[in-house]
Amino acid sequence: MAKTTVQPVERENYLNKHYGIGSWLFTTDHKRIALLYLLSITFFFFIGGFYALLIRLELLTPAGDIVLADTYNKLFTMHGQVMVFFFLIPSIPAVLGNFLIPMMVGAKDLAFPRINLLSWYIYIIAGAMMMHCMLTGGVDTGWTFYTPFSTAFSNTKVIEAGLAIFVAGFSSILTGLNFVVTIHRMRAPGMTWGRLPLFVWAHYATSIIQILGTPVIAITLVLVVAERALHLGIFDPKLGGDPLLFQHLFWFYSHPAVYIMILPSMGVVTEIIACFSRKRIFGYTFVALSSIAIAVFGFLVWAHHMFVAGISVYAALIFSLLSYAVAVPSAIKVFNWTATLYKGSIRYDAPMLYAFGFLGLFTMGGLTGLFLAALGIDMHVHDTYFVIAHFHYIMVGGALMGYLGGMHFWWPKITGKLYPEGWARLAALIVFLGFNLTFFPQFILGYLGMPRRMYAYPPEFQVLNVLSTAGATVLGVGYLLPMIYFLWSMRYGKPAADNPWNAAGLEWKTQSPPTTFNFDQEPVVTWEAYNYDELDARQPQEAHVVG
Amino acid sequence: MAGNVDALFIFLLIVSGMMTLLIFTAVVYFAARYRNRKGVLAEQIEGSIPLELTWTIIPFGVFLVIFFWGAVVYFHSRTPPRDAAEVYVVAKQWMWKLEHAEGQREINELHVPVGRDVKLIMSSQDVIHSFFVPAFRMKQDVVPGRYTVAWFRATKAGTYHLFCTQYCGSQHSGMIGDIVVQEPAQYEAWMNGGSTGPLSATGEKLFSELGCVTCHRMDSGGRGPSLQGVFGKPVTLADGRTVTADENYLRQCILDPGAQRVKGFQPIMPTFQGLVSEEQVNALVAYVKSLAQPGAAGAATRTAAVTAPDGARAAGSQGQ
Repeated sequence: MAKTTVQPVERENYLNKHYGIGSWLFTTDHKRIALLYLLSITFFFFIGGFYALLIRLELLTPAGDIVLADTYNKLFTMHGQVMVFFFLIPSIPAVLGNFLIPMMVGAKDLAFPRINLLSWYIYIIAGAMMMHCMLTGGVDTGWTFYTPFSTAFSNTKVIEAGLAIFVAGFSSILTGLNFVVTIHRMRAPGMTWGRLPLFVWAHYATSIIQILGTPVIAITLVLVVAERALHLGIFDPKLGGDPLLFQHLFWFYSHPAVYIMILPSMGVVTEIIACFSRKRIFGYTFVALSSIAIAVFGFLVWAHHMFVAGISVYAALIFSLLSYAVAVPSAIKVFNWTATLYKGSIRYDAPMLYAFGFLGLFTMGGLTGLFLAALGIDMHVHDTYFVIAHFHYIMVGGALMGYLGGMHFWWPKITGKLYPEGWARLAALIVFLGFNLTFFPQFILGYLGMPRRMYAYPPEFQVLNVLSTAGATVLGVGYLLPMIYFLWSMRYGKPAADNPWNAAGLEWKTQSPPTTFNFDQEPVVTWEAYNYDELDARQPQEAHVVG
Repeated sequence: MAGNVDALFIFLLIVSGMMTLLIFTAVVYFAARYRNRKGVLAEQIEGSIPLELTWTIIPFGVFLVIFFWGAVVYFHSRTPPRDAAEVYVVAKQWMWKLEHAEGQREINELHVPVGRDVKLIMSSQDVIHSFFVPAFRMKQDVVPGRYTVAWFRATKAGTYHLFCTQYCGSQHSGMIGDIVVQEPAQYEAWMNGGSTGPLSATGEKLFSELGCVTCHRMDSGGRGPSLQGVFGKPVTLADGRTVTADENYLRQCILDPGAQRVKGFQPIMPTFQGLVSEEQVNALVAYVKSLAQPGAAGAATRTAAVTAPDGARAAGSQGQ
C-alpha cells in the first residue's frame, strides 16, 4: 500500500460496533443485511453447484449409470430452481445492491430498513421450505413447472417447491420496492438522476421488473397448486384448461427474470470498466436509458420461448421481431463499454479481468440469442443443448462473472481487507477458461440435435459431453478459489484503504469498512459521476498500487 | 428443409462471428494500446450521438434481415403442402404411436419414402411432448387437447433419430425412435405388409358404431349437419363467426360439441370426451376428411354394411 489511511487501532465500523448473534439477526443496517444475504446465497450456490456437478458426472457416459432416471430429473429441476430463485435473482441486488445503493446515493440506509430485514427473513423461510422439499424427496418437473405434467402427472413435491418459490418472490418484490423508493427519495443533495452511478440505474430497472413481474409468477404458481390440489381446471385440458396458458404466464415473469439477473451485472461491469480505464463511461445517458429500455422491452418478448409450442404463426412473428428489439439496448451497452476503453489508462486488476470475461461471455451469449430469436433456427435448436449453452452464457457467463467481479471490486470496502491479487487473477482466468470449456461444446451438441434434460443419450454425443464435464470440473475449482481466499483474507488479509482503487463514487468516500450510518455528515454532490479526471489530477498514479 | 435452416444458420454464424471479431479486436487492441502508463492520464471523452446512432441503427438493420429470413424459413416449415401424405402421431408417456393414413401402425418408428411430403397430425394422450428430428431440422410440441401439425420431406434414405424434446417425466430420455427413410420401391414393399385398411375406413366403422351416422346423415335432412365435403371449408357458427373446418375444428366438435356449434342446429350432440381414445379421434377425423375428397359418396354408402365386431377391433387395439 503506497497510500494508506489505516489506523493503528481499528476504527469503529458497521462490523465491530455491535457483537453477538442478536446484533446480526435483528439488524436493520443494510450492510449487515447484505452480508446475511451473502451467506445465504453462497450456501444455495454451492447446493445448486453440487447438483450441477452430479448432472455433469451422469452425462460423462451415454448410458444412464450413476444415478436413476428419476433422480436425474430431480437434479436438473432442483439445480435450476435453486440457482434461479435462490441464487441468481437475489445475488447482485440483495448483496451488492443492498450494500452499495444507499452509499452510492449518499444515504444512511435504504428507505425501509425493517422491510429490508423482513425480505431476508422471507427469503430464509422460502429457503427452508425449499430445503425441506429437497431433503424429503424433491421435485422433478423441470424448473419450468410445465403443465399438465406438474399438475396432474408428477408424483413429486410440486406443491412444496411451488410454494417455496412463491414465498421467495415476496422477498424479491420487497427488495425491489425498497430500491425504487430509496433511489427516488433518499438521494443526497446534488445527486441528480444524471449523476447517479450506472450501477444504480441498472438496479432501478431491475427493481421495476421485480415489482411488476414477480406477482405474475406468484399467482401462476398458486394456480398450479390449485389445479394440483383442488383439481380446478386451469391448465389441464382434461379439466377444460389450457396448457399453453401456463407457458404464457410462466414466461411473462421468467423471461424478464433473465434481466433481473443480468441487468445488475451490467451495472457492476460498468462501474469496474470506468474505474480501471480511469474514464467517464462513454455515452452515460445511453447506457442508463438502455437499462430502462431492456426492462420495458423485456416484458414484451416472453412468447419467444414458445415458438414450437403450438402458438399461431403470426404471434410467433411478432414475438420474434420484439425479441430483436430487446437485443438492441444490450448491443448499445456492449459498444459503449468498448468505447470507454478507448484512450483510457487501463489496468488489469482482478475485477477488471472479470469485467473483460463478462464482456466476452455476454457478447457470445447475446449473439447466440439472435440465433434463437430467428424463427427458422429456433424450431431446430429449441429445447436442445444450444439453448442450455445460450442461457448459461448469459446467466453464468454474464451474471455470475459480474457478481464475482463486483465482489472483488467492493470486497475491500465490505470487509476492510485486501484479498491476494495474484490468486484472484488466477481464479478469473480459471473461471473464464473452465466456463468456455463447459458450455461451448454444448452449442455444438445442440445444433447436432441433443435434446435438453436427457438422462441417457446416443453415443455419438459423448465426446462433446466429456469436454463439457471436464470444463465443469475446472469451473468448479474456479468458483472454490475465491471462496477460499476471501475467507482467508477476512482473517489474514492486509487492511484496505478507504479507496484502494482510487475509484469515483460516494461509497468510496466512506471509510473501509463503513460506519453504521455510512457518512459522518450528509454528503453534498457537486461533481458528475465517474469524475476520474479530477481524481487522477489530485492523486496522480500513486493510489494504483494495490495488494 | 435442412438446407434452408443451415443456410440461415451459416449466415448467422458469419454475422455474429464478424460482430464478435469487431468487439474482441477493439477490446484487446484498446486494452493493450491504452494500458496504464506512468504519467499518462486517460483522455476523457463524453460520448458521441452519431456513434450511438450508428451502433443502434446498423445492428437493428442487421437484426431485421435475420428476422425476415428466419420468418420465411419458419413460414415454409409451418405450411404443409396440400397433397402431403398424412401420418397421425399420438404421443404418450413414453412412446410415439404413429398411424399412416393408409392404415399402417408403428411404434417409435416411422417409415417414409424419399422425396414425399409427409404431414404429421399430432396429439398427446397425457403431457406435452415434442416431436424432433434433428436431421430434418424440424420440431413441434405435441400438446394434449389439440392437434399440432408439422411436415417434412426426406431427401436421403437412411435411419434418423426421433427425439422427444419436451421433458415429459421419468423416461423422457427413453422416448426416442427412428425415422426410416426408404427408396420408393422398398417403401411400397413395406407398405404392402400388414395394413388393417385405411385409417378413414376405421373411422367410418367408428362413425357408424358410435351412432354418429344417425344424426350426421349424408343428405342434409339429419339433426346434425351433413359432413359431406365439409373439411377445409368455412363453417358459419351459431354465434355468427366463421371458422375453417380444419383438423382441430373437427376434433373439438367431437370432444366439445357445444363450443363451436354450426349455425342452424340445436345443441343436442353429447360430448365424446373420455369415450374415445386419441387414435379413435384420429380415425374419425380421417374419415370426415375423406368425405371431402372426390368419390367420398361411394364410401359413405358402404357404412351400413359395417359390423360391430370389426369396429370394436379397430377401436380397441392400441387404445391407451
